[in-house]
Amino acid sequence: MSQIFQFFPKFVLEPRLEVSGKWVILSPIIAIILTLFSGVIIFSLLGKDPFLALYTFFVQPLTTMFGITELLVKATPLVLIGVGLAIGFKANVWNIGAEGQFTMGAVFGGGTALLCQHMESILVLPLVLVLGTLGGLFWGAIPAFLKTRFNANEILTSLMLSYVAVLCLSYLVHGPWRDPAGFNFPESQIFSDYAMLPILIENSRLNLGTMFAILVVLVAWILMTRTIIGFQLRVVGLAPTAAQYAGFKQSGLIWLSFLISGGLAGLAGIAEVSGTIGQLLPSVSPGYGFTAIIVAFLGRLHPVGVLFAGLIMALSYIGGENAQIEIGLPAAVTGLFQGILLFFLLACDVLVRYRFSHRSVLTGERCE
Amino acid sequence: MDLLPVALTIITASTPLLLAATGELVTEKAGVLNLGVEGMMLVGAIAAFAAAVSTGSGLIAILVGAFSGVAVAAIFAVLTLTCLANQVATGLALTIFGVGLSALVGSNFVGISLEPLPQLNIGVLSTIPILGDLLFGHDVLVYLSFLMILLVGYFLSKTRSGLILRAVGESHDSAHALGYSVLTVRYLAVLFGGFMSGLAGSYLSLVYTPLWAENMTAGRGWIALALVVFGTWRAGRIAFGAYLFGAITILQLHVQGWGINIASQFMTMLPYLATVIVLVFISSDKMKIRINAPQSIGKVFYPPR
Repeated sequence: MSQIFQFFPKFVLEPRLEVSGKWVILSPIIAIILTLFSGVIIFSLLGKDPFLALYTFFVQPLTTMFGITELLVKATPLVLIGVGLAIGFKANVWNIGAEGQFTMGAVFGGGTALLCQHMESILVLPLVLVLGTLGGLFWGAIPAFLKTRFNANEILTSLMLSYVAVLCLSYLVHGPWRDPAGFNFPESQIFSDYAMLPILIENSRLNLGTMFAILVVLVAWILMTRTIIGFQLRVVGLAPTAAQYAGFKQSGLIWLSFLISGGLAGLAGIAEVSGTIGQLLPSVSPGYGFTAIIVAFLGRLHPVGVLFAGLIMALSYIGGENAQIEIGLPAAVTGLFQGILLFFLLACDVLVRYRFSHRSVLTGERCE
Repeated sequence: MDLLPVALTIITASTPLLLAATGELVTEKAGVLNLGVEGMMLVGAIAAFAAAVSTGSGLIAILVGAFSGVAVAAIFAVLTLTCLANQVATGLALTIFGVGLSALVGSNFVGISLEPLPQLNIGVLSTIPILGDLLFGHDVLVYLSFLMILLVGYFLSKTRSGLILRAVGESHDSAHALGYSVLTVRYLAVLFGGFMSGLAGSYLSLVYTPLWAENMTAGRGWIALALVVFGTWRAGRIAFGAYLFGAITILQLHVQGWGINIASQFMTMLPYLATVIVLVFISSDKMKIRINAPQSIGKVFYPPR
């Protein structure tokens, strides 16, 4: 009966003796190609010329200098959050609430910026950045505390807290922090120049936040490959029992994962509002916190991989916007693509740990 | 203060939670953790809504909603059961996919409103003053939600097939060794979960707010997941939890009417905060979770040969 559900009754999956390094790299590439194929089908179903649509989606945004700077602007939060999440996911700590930590980073940092609106000092910006990071860190610390102290499932608590964070921001910009001269729009005042991240290239939105992202990738790379903490995180994920016998403290690693990923999401949040947006709005993220989950997996939970994956997912955002303007595709296509990509990736990933074997299901003999 | 309308709104707010949690209970009892409830609900919601708009038939809409839930659950089942993918990651993928797919299909349906499903008229009973409204004046999905949780509770604890399903969830290797097909049981359990989530989504877009809005589930799928933990994997407690959360959700609509002045955002936060608090409360008793949680939950089953 179970054989009905096996794709190829004669080919069964057999565990590999060790993880296949080849498939770790191949799997995301194949997943991206398969997603593009699905794109052709989806675009045809929507009644658009599929190749024109693919061109406007994935190529045209990169043909202008402005397009490339926008790509980096969008990739920045994805990479910052993705690196943090990847560290946690490696250790099997599931922080799904990066969206909330991102928002809290924007709230704490943005709040500081509004408080310091009339201070003309170069210290304002560092203060804003530090408090923003602490905001995300604090919001990430809650699920870590609830997990380690009360054993509460971190997936559910971190996600629930995301909704709470977004509602907090909504309350603040509709109420106490609304710009009195803003014609009743739910927006804060525009931050003073002293609270803004400097722009790197004129006539673009590319700002110093992108440099933070690159720096964070490098630091995380060193952390994961060259330090004892990184080693412990990897062992906990690969072999929890071994980690236990080795005496690694599970709760310490949960805290660490959440503080790192929360802090980085907070930094991404404040970099977004003080670098790209320049004020607080009811919504400061088009779902970066959730897309970063895909970024982390697509980047193979490796900081450098996350950098590339962040660029690819950022392209899906600006491609989606471009396709909406140029050929009237619904904006939701981006989200659909992202979901499909993750599906294909997870399906291809089976070949990292297993391989197809020609063994017969019934006799267990090789029948090549 | 009139309590009857409050009680009626509690029932409408609780029904989608109860439907989705019932499905997830069966899925988890078979040892599979499907975090994609939110995505399956959204797909069910838009499919049911689209079917209702184009056919005008409530029954067809409900069926389309439920079976589109089954269809997306099937993707999850193939990935986690056949392709042995990580259940947590695949569940998240299912939610991201469901959000995107429903928003794409739904972009053609924004702004259309719908006649809500008719109330079932149960003869004389519906005309009894208060009790008639409270107990006998609902649409078919409300009764279905009661029926399903009763049936599932009975199935899990009193039938042989239910015992097999629980065995698969407790120890897939033992169940396999006894000759039960772990994969078949799990496929069916995951598809049933999709069916119930699809129904829950249909209820949202056909009855609760008879129109389509992006992300209209607003975290209810995740709350349903938390409810299963809250109910320590038991049907009766899950039903109680669903009604408790329905009541908390609906509080925001009534509080303003009672003259209490709190920013609406804080009232909207309540169900999410309540979920966190309840999870903390239930989970802090580690032993209780360990005894009640299916032991194989979330683990990949690789059949030994």
